[in-house]
Formats: sequence, C-alpha cells, structure tokens
Amino acid sequence: MNKEFSVVGKPVIREDGIDKITGRAKFADDYKFPGMLHAVMLRIPSAHAKINSIDFSAVESDESLVSIITADDVHGAKKVGMIKNDQPIFCNEKVVTPGDVLAMLVGESEAKLHELVKKIKVDFTPLPLLIDPRKSLEPDAVLIHPEEGSNLIFHHPLRKGNIEKGFAESDFVLEQTYSTQLIEHSYLEPEAVVAIPLETSLGVKVIGSIQNPFTARRFVAEVLDFPLSKVRIQQAHLGGSFGGKDDIMCILSARAAIAAMKINRPVKIRYTREESILESYKRHPYVLNYKVGYNKSGKIQAMKIDILADGGAYASMSPFVTWRTVVQATGPYEIENVHTDVRAVYTNNPYTGAMRGFGSPQPIFAQESLMDEIAVRLSMTPDEIRKVNGYKSGSITATGQKLQNHEVNLLTVLETAEENTDFRKKWVENKKDKSQLIEYDFSSPIINETQFISPDRLIKKGIGLAVSFRGCSLGAEGTDAASAYISIQNDGSVYLDCGLAENGQGLRTTYSIIAAEVFGISIDQIIYLELDTGITPDSGPTVASRATLMGGGAVKATAEILRKRLEELMRNEWNLKSDDEIVFQNNQVLITNHQSPITFKDICKLAYQRGVSLATIGWYKSPSVGWDEHVGQGDAYFTYVYGCQVAEVRVNIATGEIYVDKVTAVHDAGKVINMLGAMGQVYGGVTQGAGYGIFEEVTTDKGFIRELNFDQYTIPTSKDIGEIDPIFVEGKDIYGPWGAKSLGEPTLELTASAISNAVYNAVGKRFFKLPLNLEEVLLSKKLRPEDLKRGSK
Amino acid sequence: MEVRFKLNGKEEEVTTEPYLRLIDLLRDYFNLTGTKEGCGVGECGACTVLINGRAVNSCLVLAGQIEGSEILTIEGLANGEILDPLQKNFLLHGAIQCGFCTPGMVLSASALLDKNPDPTEEEIKDAIAGNLCRCTGYKQIINAVKETAKEINSASKPF
Ligand code: FES
Ligand code: FES
Repeated sequence: MNKEFSVVGKPVIREDGIDKITGRAKFADDYKFPGMLHAVMLRIPSAHAKINSIDFSAVESDESLVSIITADDVHGAKKVGMIKNDQPIFCNEKVVTPGDVLAMLVGESEAKLHELVKKIKVDFTPLPLLIDPRKSLEPDAVLIHPEEGSNLIFHHPLRKGNIEKGFAESDFVLEQTYSTQLIEHSYLEPEAVVAIPLETSLGVKVIGSIQNPFTARRFVAEVLDFPLSKVRIQQAHLGGSFGGKDDIMCILSARAAIAAMKINRPVKIRYTREESILESYKRHPYVLNYKVGYNKSGKIQAMKIDILADGGAYASMSPFVTWRTVVQATGPYEIENVHTDVRAVYTNNPYTGAMRGFGSPQPIFAQESLMDEIAVRLSMTPDEIRKVNGYKSGSITATGQKLQNHEVNLLTVLETAEENTDFRKKWVENKKDKSQLIEYDFSSPIINETQFISPDRLIKKGIGLAVSFRGCSLGAEGTDAASAYISIQNDGSVYLDCGLAENGQGLRTTYSIIAAEVFGISIDQIIYLELDTGITPDSGPTVASRATLMGGGAVKATAEILRKRLEELMRNEWNLKSDDEIVFQNNQVLITNHQSPITFKDICKLAYQRGVSLATIGWYKSPSVGWDEHVGQGDAYFTYVYGCQVAEVRVNIATGEIYVDKVTAVHDAGKVINMLGAMGQVYGGVTQGAGYGIFEEVTTDKGFIRELNFDQYTIPTSKDIGEIDPIFVEGKDIYGPWGAKSLGEPTLELTASAISNAVYNAVGKRFFKLPLNLEEVLLSKKLRPEDLKRGSK
Repeated sequence: MEVRFKLNGKEEEVTTEPYLRLIDLLRDYFNLTGTKEGCGVGECGACTVLINGRAVNSCLVLAGQIEGSEILTIEGLANGEILDPLQKNFLLHGAIQCGFCTPGMVLSASALLDKNPDPTEEEIKDAIAGNLCRCTGYKQIINAVKETAKEINSASKPF
C-alpha cells in the first residue's frame, strides 16, 4: 500500500529531550542509594612490572575503610575480554600498562579513600618496556602476555588476483608510508557505575553509563560465576560513548558488582577525567604501507598493503577493528590484484578498541592521500581519478564480493559533492597559486628576505575531497540479529523497547518514529521503555552503525506483526472483502468503501475486548554473509553505504595554522528516518573527524599518557570548525526499515583525509602523518621532546 | 561555616566546609544533579551555573565564595512546566544528543542573551566556547540560540 510518510524523514523532537533540557535526566553518577559506598582504584606508576607484594597494613585499620577488594575476591573468571580473555579484573601478578588496577578500596568517603590509597605500599620489579609496535614481532621482543606465545593479537591476510603480474603490467608504481595517531573518545561524561545487591535469589543489579548492557551482563556474570539471569543491567542516560563505553564499562561493572556482593551494600565507581583518560581504551594508531601500480589512464592495476595496528596492552576489539580495515583497505576502487596484510600487536601502551569509525579512518587517510597523489602525477583532477577506479553497480570488491541489491552510489555522492562545491574549478585555481609554506631552516634560523611575504599573501585557500564505502552492521564479524518488543495498550498508547541500547545519538527517537509510522499514530503515543537486560531480549551491541538498520528493522517487523493482527480483527469483525484496503494514518484507521474512519484507540479497545493479544516480540535477522579467513575472500557485508566529503580550508603559510572553512558532507545512508538526528550525526561526526585531522593526539612517554585532561587534550570547540553542509542521497536498498542504513560512522571517517587533501591543494605539500598540527604542517615533525612531560602535570 | 545565598529563587542557608566545591554542594547536598562534572578543572563547562547572572564553572567555585549571591542551575531555568524559550529551541533544533553538556550550554547561552539579546554568530560562538560538546558539532546549538534571540527581539518590538 503506497502512502506518503507521515513521520519518517521529518524533523522530530527527541523523546528524551525534555528530561535532558531541564536537568531531570539521570546519568549514572546521578543515582544514589541508601548505604551506598564508593570505590577507589589502586595503581602503580609503571607500564610493565611484576608485582611482588602489596602491603595494606597502613590503611587496614583506618575507620574510613570498609573493605579492600583484590583478585582474591574474584570467584569466577579472573580475566575477561571482548574477544580474548586477556584482561585481569584486578592485576595481582603484573601490570602491562599504566591504567591497570591492582586492587580497590571501598568506603563511605571518596575523598578519604583517595588519601588512603596513596599509603599502600606495592613492591614491584620493573620489566622491559615494549612501546614501539614495529618491534612487537621481533624475535627478541619482550612478551606482554607470555601465555599467548606471541605479541600478535591477530593477522588478517587478503589475497586477490596475482599481485606480481599486476605490478608488471603497470606503467607506474608508487610506494608510500602513512601513520595515524592515538586518540581519545572524549565522551563528555566520565565513566560511572553503581552495583546494587539484590535478594539472594535475584543476584545483582548494575546501573551505569554502559554502551552495551548485554556485554556488561556477560562480564559481570563471568567474574561472579553467576548465571546470566542473576545479573540485571540497567542503562542510565549515556553522556556520549562513540564506541568508548564498552569494555571499560563492562570491567567497571564487574568490579563494582564484586564489591557490592562481598559487602552487601550498593557500591559506586566514578572516574575523574584523569582516570578516564588513563584507563579507558582509545583509537588504534596505525602504520600503513601502500604500494600501488597504475596505468597512464589512471587505472589501478595492483595494490599491496601492509598495515600494523598498535593494540596496546589488551586485545579488546582489535581483531574486529582490523577486520573492517582489511575489507575496506583499498577504498572503494575496483582493483584486480590485491595483496593485503593487517596485523594488530600487543605493546605496553594504553589499549585500543572500538571507536566511531572502527578501523576505517586510518586506511582512508592512506588511500585517499594516494589517490590524490596519483591524480597529480598524471595531471588529472581528484574526481577524475576516482571516476576511473570507483565502484559501480556490479563491481567486484577486494574481497571478491559483487556489489548488488542496493544502489552503488559512489559516483553519485562524488558528483553531488562536486556540483555543490564547484570543486574542480576551485581545485584548479588554488593549485595555480604557487606560494609555498615558509619552511623553517634549522641551520640558519634568521629569516632571509625571500621569506618575507606581504600579509595578504599569508593565507592560502585549498579544497580537497575524500570518498569511502562502508560495510553496514557487523558483517562476517558475527551473527547479526536484533529484537524489539511492542505492547499496545487498550487506549491506543504503545510501549516500545528494543534490545539495542541508546548511546546518546537518539536511536530511541528513531525507533519511535518507525513504530509511529507503521501504526499511523503520532509519536507522542509511544512510550519508550528503559532497556533492562532482565526484560529486553539480547540484540547484540550498539556498534558498527547497525542501530538504525538492525534495530530499526526489528521495530518495523514487530510493529507490522501487531498491525496485521489488527487488520485481521477488522476483516473478521466487518466481513471486509480481501481487496478492501486498510490504511493506518493520523491516529485513525481508514477502510476503503467504509464511510467513517475509526480511531486507532477504538480499534485497540476492540482488540482487547475480543481477546486479541497486542503484545509481541519480533526479530530482524541480517542475510547471511561468508568469509574465508585464509585469503580474506567472501561477501563481507550484506550491504554498503557511500560517502563523499569536500573540505575547504585556509592555511597560514607562516604559522602552519589550518582553519576549516567548510565541509560539505554527502552521504548515501539509505532512507533518512530521523532528519534532525541525521543532521546532528553529520555535524557531530564531521567535527570529530576534523579534530582527528588537525589537532587531537594522545601522546605517551614510556606508556604514560601526557594529556590527561581537556586542558592538554584539546577537542574542537564552537570556534574551531566552520560551516558544515549535510546532503543526503537516499539510495534504494532492499534491507533495513524502508531502506534505511547507516550514518554515524561514515560521517567521521572521511573528514581528516578531505582536510589533508585540501591542505595539499593550498600549499603543495603532501602529509603522511595525522594530525596536521602546526609542527607537522610547517616542519614535518613533532617538536615535543620525547622524554619531557608537557603542561602542568 | 554558614553560607546564605539564593538558589533558584529560594533563600537557602547551609553549614558547610568552606573548601567544598560549589558543584558538590549542588549535587550532593541539594541533589541538583542537572549540574554535571566533565573535567573538574574548568575546561569543559558541563558544570556551568549562573552566579548573579554570570556563567561560571561551579567546579572552580568554593562554597565559601557564594555568600549573598544568587545562583541559578538548570533546574531553575524553566518556569514550572513552561520551558524557557532557549530550552524550547534547543529541543526544536536538535541541539541535544547525549545531553551531558546541555545544562551548562543552555546556561551559558542564557547569560549571553540576558546581556546581549541580539548577538552575532561570532558572539554566540564566543559565549559557548568554554562549553565542550563532543556530540553535536555545535551547529544546532548555535541555531537554537540564534532563533531564541530572534524571538526575543520580535516580541520586544512594538508592532
Ligand atoms: S567540570 Fe567544571 S569545567 Fe569541567
Ligand atoms: S550533546 Fe553530548 S556532549 Fe553535547
């Protein structure tokens, strides 16, 4: 039945907006319980050390101490992990990175505990440090986890065609090395969690800023040695996550639960910003080697890729993050001969895991820089080279997958971006202006005459673009299904719940829109229930931009089951003919050939009287995908999205300062369900991407992070980024609710690369390292002394 | 020590340690948890409250310093169930995602509009430059403030 959308695609106010705007919304640290205690962590100032003994005697009899929690209190699994169980809940034998926690003090006053924890004496022997991931696999490298037998976390090979033949048939070969930096999620709310012991038969309840309640439940159950049903996780409003409140929150949940069960009182853990940055996982730094063979026409014949990811001290999500990298490493270009190796390795650095983008921003920086470089060498424009090689319908990807069943809109997003920015004209103009960066000459620090430039020539303009394709949802990483629960009340109001957890981006609003659309009712009729693992069925994690596609699919499927029941009821009640159409719209139900519409409410009441059940759980399961891990071949994801971003920048050639004037972000995310939310995803993603591109970096000194708070780790403020112009190309797709796919991550992954290409266009200098901060732009190196700490700490 | 001050329009008197941070006084003593702590060092603005109409980081203010002042937190901005125009426009323009920065952001914007009801875009950006937001990219926040200014100005015109 064809009707115009009523709610889908329209601007809709967030369902949790009122509570958030009035300060009523409860975040994890806002929960308090009678008798609640606090817990404070014990750490040592070492990135790699063997623990000989811990002497608690100075604090044991202090009256502000209620309990000391150590590894001995862990009755179940001593080690946990997202994929490999390599991370101890409490480190009693050794620490492998400075964030590691040895034990926990529990008491009423957090301030007192912070004083006490300083008095504990730990006897430890420093072990050799492994800081450089390029040395991790050397034969004499110290092993971070000796029981693993090697520092290799995972290796993903991919082999397609014949790489030697590909290079032999190429007119030119270009080889480059790129690197990207460690960065912090910087969710504005630091970690907080409170565990509450329940009656014996019920187990424990945990409330926290938890990204994925079902994963947290598994961790807690494992360490307590409880069945899953005795652990209930309730998600508080989440103050940002971006992939960052997963393992760290699972571990904090487990620690709080251990203490709560031991002491039989509620126990809260909340981190300061410093502790948050110290212990939480980050985005993987990559070293990327690319060798490309191409012809005079621009056609790429062969690509050999070797990528090394620093996984830090624990495996976390590294195997999956690097799997997305291997699938997407060539970029959206059809290449016959591909040979890729992606490895993640252990070091003593802070560990790295999931972060918005998830293994894509790094290879995009390499591959999009390369494409521009090839274009320049062949006197082509950046869009021309991409049109020669870019995916079209029916193209075969590097993993041997044929792109079908959806509109392959790569060239459409590229052309749309070009038209909206007048890209080619600007690019050619900027390139003509030949004034270069004023490079600093270390041998003669005096500025010579030729380096004087009139102030109006100091600022140079540049424009650059980057494109990508991105597999939706989990792909061959795991089975992919989601569920939703809907219960219609006899007054026509609707309870809705979905197993995918809200992360602050507004997916509950998106789900409410979908249900409202199916029932033809207004969105205020929908009440979204709190996710509670005791009630809501497990739907896997909110990751991989799968929330709209999978969760939305589940909500739509569930709503349709109930609508069908209502339709059947009406057909029986009024003996409707099979071709009588029933339309749900404007809180009413219209039946063709019947005069007066009936309200949705009355139909629901009738269903109640007739004993028709209006509550159900529905599922959405993704089509199956396949993967051969030895050669990296298979249908990696069941569908893809495409994006193109154009950055326009100004560069000060004397200081190296970059200002991003405008980013035009064209995305085919499929059908847009929640317009305000979608725009917000673009604005937020582009801003984070720009921060990644031009200033964010966590630096370490012997494994210790230098930037532990926002005074040193700078994220974009309201003044840092110029205009952002989101444009949606709504490509058709047979999957997802009305063809809706993913948006959150594509918005972030392109920006840094587009900026780097724009800076090249402005000053004629190519960059191989992110971020493009002043030193990098002007001097091509970092100025900070490697052995000194910066700032006030 | 004893401190007297006005909190969200109501006279209050509390006995407290002089070095207790205002944010802790608000959150722990008055249970006004709309004021958030994001950094504790005056960098993020999540803890912003208005003291005598000025936007201030409450993590940097001590209880001893607020004697006799008037404090407004996010909980006191709406008039009962009726939202402040800024709050309404934050909702309508999609200026809220996770919402953790929102209370501080709204109060900084409110302080701006009180003394400058017709700000330029640059002035808006300046006013909220001390309030970090990791989710929204600030665009929809700036739009919400602009729209509120427009409403205030058209309402105060004589026709
Ligand atoms: S908590 Fe006060 S400025 Fe961040
Ligand atoms: S809405 Fe999340 S930090 Fe601003």
